[in-house]
Amino acid sequence: MSAFKEFTKGFVKENPLFVLVLGTCPSLAVTTSAINGLGMGMATTFVLTMSNILIAMLKNFIPDKVRIPAFIVIIATFVTIVDLVMKAFVPDLYNALGVFIPLIVVNCIILGRAEAFAQKNNVYTSLLDGLGMGLGFTLAIFVMGSIREILGNGSIFDIKFVSQEASTILIFIMPPGAFLTFGYLMLLMNKLKAKFN
Amino acid sequence: MQKLSSTLTNMILSLTIISIFMAVALGFVYEKTKDPIAKGQQAKITNAIAEVLPAFDNDPTKEMTRIEGEDLIVYKATKGGEWVGSAVKTYSTKGFSGNIVLMVGFLPDGTINNISVVEQKETPGLGTKMKEPKFKDQFKNKNPESYKITVKKDGGDVDAITASTISSRAFCDAVNRAFEAFKKGGAQ
Repeated sequence: MSAFKEFTKGFVKENPLFVLVLGTCPSLAVTTSAINGLGMGMATTFVLTMSNILIAMLKNFIPDKVRIPAFIVIIATFVTIVDLVMKAFVPDLYNALGVFIPLIVVNCIILGRAEAFAQKNNVYTSLLDGLGMGLGFTLAIFVMGSIREILGNGSIFDIKFVSQEASTILIFIMPPGAFLTFGYLMLLMNKLKAKFN
Repeated sequence: MQKLSSTLTNMILSLTIISIFMAVALGFVYEKTKDPIAKGQQAKITNAIAEVLPAFDNDPTKEMTRIEGEDLIVYKATKGGEWVGSAVKTYSTKGFSGNIVLMVGFLPDGTINNISVVEQKETPGLGTKMKEPKFKDQFKNKNPESYKITVKKDGGDVDAITASTISSRAFCDAVNRAFEAFKKGGAQ
């Protein structure tokens, strides 16, 4: 597979959220607004790319039997770095995302890519894979966050386009709305994929 | 390079070395972010105090009275030596999700000057409306002695946020706690 394909497969063909159905817990929980989705996506992309690079570099140094603990140590380090940096420089976003930043450690996308891709491939393709998968995930939860914010709060990026008195479709901000949005987007993705094949 | 085989020494060595490197990296990032994090938290408090009180020229963070621990603090503001009001950092544990931390500014006679939301984790689009003027401003220029700070549903004078009675109740709870603290520690 060419390098370009490694990068783009995460967007549609192997989209981590809608096709591999990984990382649904943070996706459902934090996508109450477009900016939350974007922030969570970027944080995950950073961790995914960095851990993919490091694991691809160290793959021969890590004995098979301890690979999972080694991966977790590496992933947890990058997550803590993101956690500290976000707390220091974007405290508002950090507060909005709350416990889901530390929980990136157990996001299946990251361990999944380390296990299925980075430990079998070289640094360059692992980097492309991590970046592509991360951006695909970001795109997916950004779209989810936007839809929920537009329908549920009548705003996008906190800019309101309906009056303060207007009632919006509140259910989309609440947990059931997350499942509804997720389901309809998945339907749309499957339709799209069927059309392309 | 050949992949290391899973012998006990190899496994211990590999995990130890990885852990040491990661610990060093973390320590470095922690040192770099420590000051901005502390500064950010400090700035949040001073901004909130400035927002809820009339103009003052002292440093209220230096004239604070702790009423109970870290969460209930009275900051005294003066202008030209004269007391212009006190800001009370207050909290409520009755929020819909997590604690709510408010900064409530009182004038010397106990009238609420303004309220600022310091921390909250309420449902976006519902409970978070407590930050909007429509809800918050109904407390302005009200004296809790005469104005009953509980939601109308509970027999008070406050219009709750639509579909967020719990968040509204928690907000009132925090404001009442602030007023108690103000009476105890703000009036000297």
